[in-house]
Amino acid sequence: MTLELFLLAAAGLFAIGLYGALSQQSIVMLMMGLELMLNGVILAAAAFWHFLASAGSQGQVLIVVVVTAMAVEMAAGFAVATAIYRARQVDMTDGAADLKG
Amino acid sequence: MDVVFWVLALAAVMFGFGVFRLNSMAQVTFSLLASFLAVAGLVVLLGLGYLGVVIVLMMVIEMVIMAVFMIMYMMNPAGLMPMAMYHNKPGAMTISVGTFVLLAAGILLVDWPQRTGTPAPDPTFALGRSLMGEQMLTTMTLGITLFATIVATVVLSTGRGRYDRLGGDLDADTSDDPLGGGVGR
Repeated sequence: MTLELFLLAAAGLFAIGLYGALSQQSIVMLMMGLELMLNGVILAAAAFWHFLASAGSQGQVLIVVVVTAMAVEMAAGFAVATAIYRARQVDMTDGAADLKG
Repeated sequence: MDVVFWVLALAAVMFGFGVFRLNSMAQVTFSLLASFLAVAGLVVLLGLGYLGVVIVLMMVIEMVIMAVFMIMYMMNPAGLMPMAMYHNKPGAMTISVGTFVLLAAGILLVDWPQRTGTPAPDPTFALGRSLMGEQMLTTMTLGITLFATIVATVVLSTGRGRYDRLGGDLDADTSDDPLGGGVGR
């Protein structure tokens, strides 16, 4: 159990999430990729807290912030998916490319 | 401890990978949940018992809600046929592998400092003191953000609001509803 191993696992989760967020067409699958990226951030924050700066509690506060961000991301994402599905029956990102420049 | 770490870390990464490999939306959701639970186990392993349990509770609920949405919107919820919903797969793979290599290089090459200080005897107590004391501004910002999210999500996902029912100035004599309400009197 070293800092490097924890960070490598976190980097793996982040990279897998990034792959999903970039490659998935379905809006919900894309959100799963984002969640997986934040999952890696949680792991990295916990590892940094434990191995480098366990005297303070800022690392723990950062985890609380990230967990909240995950909840907000999922709620807002589903609200947007509901709104666009209601308006245009779109559930794929390729169907919502109006702002593509 | 080492064995537990390896099992949980590999489980987190493998289930995370499964999210984009499995064929059924339901399996995908529970694969993501398993990845979250493994990370929660790692957080507990690092001495943050309270936050680990919070992650478990939050993610179980979150993934169950997600499963409902999945089955509502997505094709192929049962995984009866292979599902391929990708765009720009090679590009995405290149970017994500490149990101991992970059991060791993940084992780392995940086000369990490030594641990400073000793952890508080009760990290949960320290977190509570911190959230309700010196980090009060963070807590309040989170509270406002969550409230704004509640309002925004309800506004976004409501199909027909009061302006649809009663007109732009809310002054229609009778509300325009697809079905009459009340008890028929």
